[in-house]
Amino acid sequence: MSFNNYTSTCVPLPMENVDTDQIIPARFLKATSREGFGDNLFRDWRYLKGETKNEDFVLNNPIYQGEILVAGKNFGCGSSREHAAWALDDYGFKVVISSFFADIFKGNALNNGLLPIQVSDEFLAEIFEQIEANPKTEIKIDLESQIVKIVEKQKVMNFEINTFKKTCLLNGYDDIDYIISQKEAIEAFEKNRAFSYA
Amino acid sequence: MNSNQLKTLFDKIWEAHVVQRKEDFPDLLYIDKQFIHEVTSPQAFDGLRKRDLPVFRTSQTIGTADHNVPTLNQHLPIKDMLSRFQVETLEKNCNEFGVELYSLGHQKQGIVHVIGPELGFTQPGMTIVCGDSHTSTHGAFGAIAFGIGTSQVEQAMATQCLLQNKPKTMRIEVNGELGKGVLSKDIILYIISQISTSGGTGYFVEYAGSAIRSLSMEARMTICNMSIEMGARGGMIAPDETTFEYMKGRLHVPKGEKWKEAVDYWKSLPTDEGAKYDKEYVFDAADIEPMITYGTNPGMGIGISENIPEKAVGGSVNEMSKALNYMGLQQRQALKGKKIDYVFIGSCTNSRIEDLRLVAEFVKGKRKANDVNVWIVPGSKQVETQAKKEGLDEVFQAAGFELRQPGCSACLGMNEDKIPTGKYCVSTSNRNFEGRQGPGSRTFLVSPLMAAAAAVTGEITDVREML
Repeated sequence: MSFNNYTSTCVPLPMENVDTDQIIPARFLKATSREGFGDNLFRDWRYLKGETKNEDFVLNNPIYQGEILVAGKNFGCGSSREHAAWALDDYGFKVVISSFFADIFKGNALNNGLLPIQVSDEFLAEIFEQIEANPKTEIKIDLESQIVKIVEKQKVMNFEINTFKKTCLLNGYDDIDYIISQKEAIEAFEKNRAFSYA
Repeated sequence: MNSNQLKTLFDKIWEAHVVQRKEDFPDLLYIDKQFIHEVTSPQAFDGLRKRDLPVFRTSQTIGTADHNVPTLNQHLPIKDMLSRFQVETLEKNCNEFGVELYSLGHQKQGIVHVIGPELGFTQPGMTIVCGDSHTSTHGAFGAIAFGIGTSQVEQAMATQCLLQNKPKTMRIEVNGELGKGVLSKDIILYIISQISTSGGTGYFVEYAGSAIRSLSMEARMTICNMSIEMGARGGMIAPDETTFEYMKGRLHVPKGEKWKEAVDYWKSLPTDEGAKYDKEYVFDAADIEPMITYGTNPGMGIGISENIPEKAVGGSVNEMSKALNYMGLQQRQALKGKKIDYVFIGSCTNSRIEDLRLVAEFVKGKRKANDVNVWIVPGSKQVETQAKKEGLDEVFQAAGFELRQPGCSACLGMNEDKIPTGKYCVSTSNRNFEGRQGPGSRTFLVSPLMAAAAAVTGEITDVREML
């Protein structure tokens, strides 16, 4: 999919320090494939005991729909489990907006075509306010120009993304394709390094 | 020397591993060692198969089964079918790709961050990765060690390299002498409570100062282990005589002349006097008392004599009220005297032989409180064997502490070692997130000594009053 001129409504999760154990609890990490984790996304917040849905949780509120998750600062902290990115993607999210991301989560998201967009605390607060006022609020994302826009208010903000990762996302490349293409340089490095552990 | 040429420990190691550097592009960083385990590697092996790629340097990859293994009756087939399949998949993958594996039943099996140092795989100056955020543990040897996701596990297996943006550097200095009953776990819980659960994000931390220098290797590992709990990608401590003494003679360290050469190289690694860091903190060891967390992230911690604050450093009032509601606690409440249900002594943070010795020494001649379950889960088979050799198992048994078999266990509640809903667990592990130790479980993070004290009294206790 392309992130150019991409527009969606949002699901607000105005909580700080959402850790990857909440995104996907460890007991659901027993699978050996990448698929199917969306069913257990935010499992312990989405469900009360057993299979009873927690009606207070935003994913169970039909008013809020969309492929953009908007979350409080320091989203994705804790465990390095890439299953967190897989679960968000499998559930149907394409973008996560926050004012701060944990490092490993951010890398995992980018490696799975899930776009983490970091905005200022003020801009994030504005998005939350706007969603509260109008749950159908749309956010537009232009990856090429690195712009995120609250459509209704015509408010925009630039976001940072590493040029390489941007190219990967825009073209569907993977780090591994690039690294493999550098094999000669890697072998030369191994031969010539000052101190070798091999 | 020109001040621009002065380098930190981190810079020296990073620069020695840059295969390729281009403007506006992440560095291509060479990885010396990769540890793999059953939970975050199967999809990476599948990726290799799909691309028809081998593991590029099999001798630099080591596997173990730890996250998802039972801690009782390890000689029997794993009961949980999904867990069994995951461990069997690891065995099959390592066999097929020629990767050395310490699987369940092996005499050297254990938690990945315990066996790496134990077997001498972990060495100063290395770059080390693993699909586990507590890979930061290995930084205690003066290595750049950090956790990665499964896509990167695949990349490192395929190429022995990763594309990485160089993080900023942070120095955290702790000076002075630690008080009675204060352990390295208290130092790191204190630091996290001061700079918050996200205060280290974007940084690689170097711990320094006389209080850090005086610690044993195992105590240093506890500190580096929890670097990720303040958001830092990793933490490290410059190698010194303590490091070399710990390493000497271990299975995979260089021997003879090569050992001497290696030590000479490692001695060149510590930060040059006057080198600059992007951020610095200085703490006084005398300000640190036995610590305990009250909330649902590791930054929500206090000294045992303190009361729960209005909010955590860097946190909001909303977050605090959600956390305390989950924990069944209130602002301004003291934790001392709070009844508890479980004690868990284990995890990659505190499951090494020194931890078990400290606990055994403390509980000798004492008994656990009647209504408390106490689990001791050693970090590796070697730790378990050593504990038995020293008779620690008998001390634990007499105290009513249950000594189990190695694994990650109740730290993350992936196997059957779960804390029941609503129950309180005093734990030596690293995370107090909601549901971390089992759905609805409530965790208090502490040092092994504080955990042992709580086990004996059945309530949260200031261990200093019992020493």
